[in-house]
Amino acid sequence: MTHQLQGVLDVLTRVRGVQGAMFVARDDGLVIAETLMEGVRGKALAALAASVFGKFTWVSGTAKAGEPRFLHMQCTEGAVLVLATNQDVLVVIVTDTNTNVGLVRLEMLRAGEVFA
Amino acid sequence: MSGVRAVHPWAEKPMEMFISESGARLALLMNPTGQVFAQHGFTRAVDVMAAAALGAAIVSSTAEITKMLREPSFSMLNHQGPTHGVFLSAFESPSGPMVLLVIYGRESSLGLVHLFFEEFVNELNEANPAPVSSEPVLAADFERELNQSLASLFQD
Repeated sequence: MTHQLQGVLDVLTRVRGVQGAMFVARDDGLVIAETLMEGVRGKALAALAASVFGKFTWVSGTAKAGEPRFLHMQCTEGAVLVLATNQDVLVVIVTDTNTNVGLVRLEMLRAGEVFA
Repeated sequence: MSGVRAVHPWAEKPMEMFISESGARLALLMNPTGQVFAQHGFTRAVDVMAAAALGAAIVSSTAEITKMLREPSFSMLNHQGPTHGVFLSAFESPSGPMVLLVIYGRESSLGLVHLFFEEFVNELNEANPAPVSSEPVLAADFERELNQSLASLFQD
């Protein structure tokens, strides 16, 4: 399973501009598998991304919009994308500023199917 | 006002940071014998004493298990319940071995607690003065020292 997950993440990181990809346990914020560029703190990113996703679940619930499926956090020097899979797993991606987010999202959906 | 009560002032700021960042509900900093240095979230002295004794006992018993297995000591233990998690970790400091017991709810996570625990240890070790010469605990002084510590932890 670990090899399979790593293979799926490798495919994600081949998309231009993607600097890192990881599977994160939604409830725990712990890393399941990761492929990150040097300098990105995987454990911190996993814990904080899961926490933000959890907080956003409150927001979407308050807005009566249902469960969040996809978060796009555009930052000055890149973006953080989070996608919830059917299981309690998040796909977390770090990109630079010139990434085709639509393409990355499609690849994230494909990657999430590994947990279907 | 801060919710952290500390016997030693150097423990207060790192604990405050940890509580604020991790979102922990309760936290207890102690040594492996159960002597409490700082606490957050406990309202009754009896709860602090019970939690410290139980936390110290868990650390002690797991240390014995690792000895039997000839393994290095466990770095942390976590129990995940439906609404609360219990995180327990022993670490080294300039004042000797320490133990942090943390209770967190659904607004936090093991990942967050573990992440900020590492920062807490670094900050505590920076704030912690050089080791003081430890004196043997005498039975005659034990109750007085315990009462002084509890008074520090629950003073208004």
